[in-house]
Amino acid sequence: MRMLKILLWKELLQIYRDPAIIRILFIMPMIQLLILPLAADYEIKNINLGVVDHDHSEYSRQLVNKIVSSGYFRLRDYSATFPQGLKAIESGRTDLILEIPTHFERDIVKNNRSSLFVAVDAVNGVKAGLGGAYLQGIIQNYNQDIRTQWIQAQRFDPQPTIEIASADWYNPHMNYRVFMVPGILVMLVTMIGSSFAANNIVREKEMGTIEQINVSPIKKMQFILGKLIPFWLLALLVLTIGLLIARLVYGIVPLGNYSTIYVFATIYLLAILGLGLLLSTYAQTQQQSMLVSFFVTMIFNLLSGLYTPIESMPAWAQLITRFNPVSYFIEVMRMVMLKGSGLADIRYQILALIGFAVFFNGWAILNYRKRSG
Amino acid sequence: MKQFLIFVKKEWLHIWRDRRTLFILVFMPIIQIILYGFALTNEVKNAKIAVFDQSRDEATRAISTKIAASRYFNIVENLYSYQDIEATFRKGKIRMAVVFPQGFRYDLLHSNHTQIQLIADASDPNTANTLTNYASAIINDYQQTLRPTESLLYTINTQVRMLYNPELKGAYNFVPGVMALVLMLVCAMMTSISIVKEKEMGTMEVILVSPLKPFRIIIAKTIPYLLVSMVNIASILLLSVYALKVPIAGNLGLLIAESVLFTITSLSVGILISNTAKTQQTAMFTSMMSLFLPTLLFSGFMFPIENMPVPLQVISNVVPAKWYFIIVKDVMIKGLGFTAVWRETLILVAMTAALLGFSIYKFKIRLA
Repeated sequence: MRMLKILLWKELLQIYRDPAIIRILFIMPMIQLLILPLAADYEIKNINLGVVDHDHSEYSRQLVNKIVSSGYFRLRDYSATFPQGLKAIESGRTDLILEIPTHFERDIVKNNRSSLFVAVDAVNGVKAGLGGAYLQGIIQNYNQDIRTQWIQAQRFDPQPTIEIASADWYNPHMNYRVFMVPGILVMLVTMIGSSFAANNIVREKEMGTIEQINVSPIKKMQFILGKLIPFWLLALLVLTIGLLIARLVYGIVPLGNYSTIYVFATIYLLAILGLGLLLSTYAQTQQQSMLVSFFVTMIFNLLSGLYTPIESMPAWAQLITRFNPVSYFIEVMRMVMLKGSGLADIRYQILALIGFAVFFNGWAILNYRKRSG
Repeated sequence: MKQFLIFVKKEWLHIWRDRRTLFILVFMPIIQIILYGFALTNEVKNAKIAVFDQSRDEATRAISTKIAASRYFNIVENLYSYQDIEATFRKGKIRMAVVFPQGFRYDLLHSNHTQIQLIADASDPNTANTLTNYASAIINDYQQTLRPTESLLYTINTQVRMLYNPELKGAYNFVPGVMALVLMLVCAMMTSISIVKEKEMGTMEVILVSPLKPFRIIIAKTIPYLLVSMVNIASILLLSVYALKVPIAGNLGLLIAESVLFTITSLSVGILISNTAKTQQTAMFTSMMSLFLPTLLFSGFMFPIENMPVPLQVISNVVPAKWYFIIVKDVMIKGLGFTAVWRETLILVAMTAALLGFSIYKFKIRLA
């Protein structure tokens, strides 16, 4: 026990006396947490609209006004012909063209029907799908306006009608920051946990100081614990600062309990640090350990559900995410912060992470040799 | 000229004889393209949903079956009370719940009016929106089958055509982005350690006392890596077309030429980092940290740039990957020619010139 205390003291001193580590540990995450959520806004808005109006009537003007005032569209281009409008799409100036045919107004009033043509730049499928759906919704709405203008409203529905009432739970204002901040926080804690721990043992190998430890009576277990605990504390500290920023800057107050987050984070960090230690027992040089840990964390981050939904991935990639501790923590973080899930709701995830922690740390201890060469 | 060629050969041997690194350099892009190309998509499909059916009649069953049959939805749970909805959401099992009221079919037939409630988990706003839209479309479709064929008065028909990507596949947007990301990271990381390594190993002295000009040293260091990058470009394009099924709509020659240009830009970024860093570790760390996130954030394939605050929009202009992403989208997906991308090409050329010029300017011919 005394030995462990001495080891811990040594590690903490080493961290404390290295100004670069302190800077990377605290300032970089803060900056990322302040900038990333500003940039990571996937909400489909600011769709650039081009209009080709052949009709130039009261109705066509009303329609365009209605579309622009919806707030989703910005009128960027007014072309005389469709090919010209298409040019604007090709050059990327507009995302969508609305073509209003000649006699649009006359056809509605006299012939009871008229048609509109919409062409969408669909390279980005989601943006195109939602943009097209918004536009159709507005047009239908406008259609309804015209109908009520001409026909007296009937008391009963003349035809079977299913009314669709949709509700958006957990994030009624559809604010992307609420969704992204918890995930980004997980990413930061993970990067600190895995890459720093991985680099730490390898550094002792490269500097030659590992020899001193190898000839000392320190047990394998004590050595690994001595490396694990300081970074574990640091990562929890970073998590705390991050949660404070989320609350003070973004006003995100978890619906669930803070203690649930900490319980899960404690186990999660053991798993991630274990992985870092495991990598470091294999690597010979810092360059190797950095390359590998960077490669692994990049895959973990991109396949974690932080940026793209896991359900959309092909089955084999979903299988990979089941072996990715990061995806569990992001899922749990969002559940606890946005939906107020409790410990009972996340018991499956906790069990999975205990498994990871035992596996990685066990392997690391087995693989750590007190011999060089 | 002969000296120069010898120097190029020396650099080439450095790469060629370090088989393990060469292997990583050639295979890392392949793995990344496959992994990210398939797995990264924001297309919504197979979303897990639950149904809370309070009337369990012919009509509700027909609608549920219709929803379950679409490729967007996967009904995983039947609920029996309102409390269940909340609990299932909290367990994180479902993305949306469809609620049918009591006497659904009776109301529909007798009063011509009934209601369906769609409750979406909006913690992810876009997915929630997309799911609500898809479900509404399916329900409207069902409604249409109930109605007599005669049409409503004063109807506006809207015809929508999706250009370039009629099936709204996620890959058409993500593959060009992943190409930019992977090329940037691999190329910059390759060269970022090349000069620092000589400094650390002490071989820099030998180079500095040789009669080679800094300009030639830097160019000679880039050329062998350019060869390796050509292999990467080829493998990335082949994989995109044959594995990820994103066809090349435009001119292949133009696409390759633009890719080579972007590779040179990325290599120059690496050279600049290598020039300013003191140790290999700093060089690697800088290239990872300063390239990965900005490329991911500001290239525009993952996050729409037009939604960002203005300062960030301005910053996005200095990220080379943004311009390459636009070029690849235009040439590969939209099938446009050089006239459409000359401006972006010019920007990349200017960036490369500036980066190389700055590296040569910063290249110190003295140690310490």
